[in-house]
Amino acid sequence: MSDYKDYLTRQIMLGKMNRREFLGRAAALGIAASTANTLFAASAAAQEPKRGGHLKLGLEGAAATDSKDPAKALSQFLFVVVRTWGDLLVESHPTTGAAVPALAESWEPSADAATWTFTIRKGVKFHDGKELTVEDVVKTLQRHTDDKSESGALGVMKSIKEIKADGGKLVLTLTEGNADLPLLLSDYHLVIQPNGGMDNPDAMIGTGPYKVASFEPGVRATFERNQDDWRTDRGYVDSIELIAMNDATARIAALSSGQVHFINRVDPKTVNLLKRAPTVEILNTSGRGHYVFIMHCNTAPFDNNDLRMALKLAMDRETMVQRILGGYGKIGNDFPINDTYALFPEGIEQRVYDPDKAAFHYKKSGHSGPVLLRTSDVAFPGAVDAAVLYQESAKKAGIEIEVKREPGDGYWTNVWNAQPFCTSYWGGRPTQDQMYSTAYLSNADWNDTRFQREDFDKLLLEARSELDEAKRKDMYRTLAMMVRDEGGVILPMFNDFVNASTKQVKGYVHDIGNDMSNGYVATRVWLDA
Amino acid sequence: MESGPITGPVLTDGVAGETVPRSADLSGVPAKPNPAAATGEIGGSFWRRFVFRRPLAALILQRLGLSVGLLFAVSLMIFGGIEALPGDFATTYLGQSATPQAVENIRKDLGLDRPWSERYLNWLGGAVKGDFGTSWASKNSVSEQIGNRLGNSLFLAFFAALISVPLAVGLGMLAVQFRNRLPDKIINVISLAAISLPEFFIGYLLIMFFAVQLGVATFPATVYDSMTFSERLSAIALPVATLVLVVLAHMMRMTRAAILNVMSSAYVETAELKGLGTFRIIARHAAPNAVAPVINVIALNLAYLVVGVVVVEVVFVYPGMGQYMVDAVTVRDMPVVQACGLIFAAFYIFLNMAADILAILANPRLRHPR
Repeated sequence: MSDYKDYLTRQIMLGKMNRREFLGRAAALGIAASTANTLFAASAAAQEPKRGGHLKLGLEGAAATDSKDPAKALSQFLFVVVRTWGDLLVESHPTTGAAVPALAESWEPSADAATWTFTIRKGVKFHDGKELTVEDVVKTLQRHTDDKSESGALGVMKSIKEIKADGGKLVLTLTEGNADLPLLLSDYHLVIQPNGGMDNPDAMIGTGPYKVASFEPGVRATFERNQDDWRTDRGYVDSIELIAMNDATARIAALSSGQVHFINRVDPKTVNLLKRAPTVEILNTSGRGHYVFIMHCNTAPFDNNDLRMALKLAMDRETMVQRILGGYGKIGNDFPINDTYALFPEGIEQRVYDPDKAAFHYKKSGHSGPVLLRTSDVAFPGAVDAAVLYQESAKKAGIEIEVKREPGDGYWTNVWNAQPFCTSYWGGRPTQDQMYSTAYLSNADWNDTRFQREDFDKLLLEARSELDEAKRKDMYRTLAMMVRDEGGVILPMFNDFVNASTKQVKGYVHDIGNDMSNGYVATRVWLDA
Repeated sequence: MESGPITGPVLTDGVAGETVPRSADLSGVPAKPNPAAATGEIGGSFWRRFVFRRPLAALILQRLGLSVGLLFAVSLMIFGGIEALPGDFATTYLGQSATPQAVENIRKDLGLDRPWSERYLNWLGGAVKGDFGTSWASKNSVSEQIGNRLGNSLFLAFFAALISVPLAVGLGMLAVQFRNRLPDKIINVISLAAISLPEFFIGYLLIMFFAVQLGVATFPATVYDSMTFSERLSAIALPVATLVLVVLAHMMRMTRAAILNVMSSAYVETAELKGLGTFRIIARHAAPNAVAPVINVIALNLAYLVVGVVVVEVVFVYPGMGQYMVDAVTVRDMPVVQACGLIFAAFYIFLNMAADILAILANPRLRHPR
């Protein structure tokens, strides 16, 4: 009962429930209306952020080899680090995923969506006291588009032809129209640095809510609040400490003993044990990341769509979500988009496990003999178990799958995007266009299913510059159907991001953009002593 | 006390190891050094005389010369090992987010497109001058980072050794004194249990009891620059306890076995017949002659405390050398791996040399070869 009350209270705090809904549920619980009203008021009041305190986070994914340069921020740990000291031009809305202003306060596309003009916010100061100018912005974007750059945003920036300042505004010219351009600028590498970080990319000086006090790669990073922050809706705690904890058990021990307030990457296998700790709150957020089994459409035997269909139908999705994700996830439908994306094409029939149908397509394909699936635990947590589960469910359809466990070392070089059938994962992308352009365009670097179709490419480009939303949504439905019914991707599940915090931590925003409240966790939460 | 057959005056103040029994067991002690072999640098006759007069100094010099050669071989092997691993720095560092363009940029930047022999010699040229370069991944100076990490590793190892070595030797003697009686059995059971449990498990158990349940110990054991000495000590309490439990048993059992080995010899029997107390016999007559194998085991475990503690570092989130090297190997960060590898190798070589020298010092027959 009190658990349920807690749950209702949380729903209000998350903004998922209004007063009327709350009263309705409370009445069902048999709580008097007056009590319920008080409860609602109390939990609404609890949303008033408190300031102060020292926040400690224990995070997986740091290494001694971590770089201070945001262009090379690759690990989970660095993702939070750059989010904490830096700002972007554009951020994405936590629940709708739409572009929201940050250092760019507004923007204007040309009619063909190929030229964009951004107005840069005035009166913003860098941590070293220097005022932010449009020059800093231009230089930053140039540094990340340079062919010689080693930036993780290189792929995102490829479509930008020209970056220039025009009378205090930023003007971007693209190689082709792109209605989603502002969201591309929300790539976390594109932190605006003084003079674009050209002089000293490792300075860790930005305009963010916290200044870097110390940074030891692979060990620890500490931050002090930036008193001149240009925003008041963030940066509630006085100081932050990020501690590298790559051992899952160590993270859980640190959280349950109250040594840290927040941990990431809670293993689905242990989440139910952790739940029992009275001081702990599990924070799971539906996301866009997904786990995949990928076939090369241009390599035998996977160049036959009947065989691909047979393998898709032989996947028991429900069991995957239960067994591999511990229930923390959603089933997938063989295309890489879910309802967290803007313009999601609703109403596409859910593909289900159907051994008979799978057997039918398998026979039709004329293939015989075992199909070799390569996997490794670096592909995604539990990938080896998932491959074995899949082997079992395919057996019922008369399909023999041979599972080969590959070494984690070199998996991303020698197996993924190289071998014809393997397990892998994808993080989400800010827009449908980016997801498809990254992995499903014929000439994409990471087209890991070798899905090469001219009609798909053409339609994707058309959708990209289409400013009419209804039309655009229709186009995305067609694209989704193409990938779902003819592509080389078997997509059994979208994984939740599973983090955990102590109950002192309030104001955690469930952000669909990415893990750990889209990396903003340290700047968005406050401590309720 | 009988005088040794070869030694000059007998000191009567009973220095440990002074008495040399005829039946002393010399197994496990290196043979008399005979380095009259070809040594290009120094004139043969001079070297021979030097060896005769100063056998120990000669041995040390010889060992040092060998170590340098060995370190070269190690560096070549490490380099070859990294080369043989799948994927190079550019592809592994970028992982799944590698685009051909970014990979090529990194390769050009670091000269990975040149032949391996050239890259090795380049690195060697720097290393000989004491310049280990910068880490490819983090662009920090390797020497600087290693200074920090090595300090942490040694800090941990020092306290673990400080506790475990005297404890192991003491418990070993105790076990001999009460052999096959209750204390011996208890010591044996506990040490066997500690040796059978994997170290991460011991670590987890300690964390569970002392950090989570009782809340008396500090966890995680992360240490950083701004910590005071006492904060550091409290941070490393649990990892040190884990390491002590891990290495204690090995050293203790070796001490016990070595002493028992000597206990069956004739002169111990003589001592017993003389009516000396058991503890006195063990401490004064048996232990000094059992020193060599014990020193060897201690050296091995000390090396482990510095080099082999990666698992403990991970479990306790402790920023030491092991973790540093593993991170570097994962992304093929060659300069860092080389530097760590050489330091580890140097540790092993040095500790082994120290063990041999101490074994010689503890054995007068080797100290004064004829």
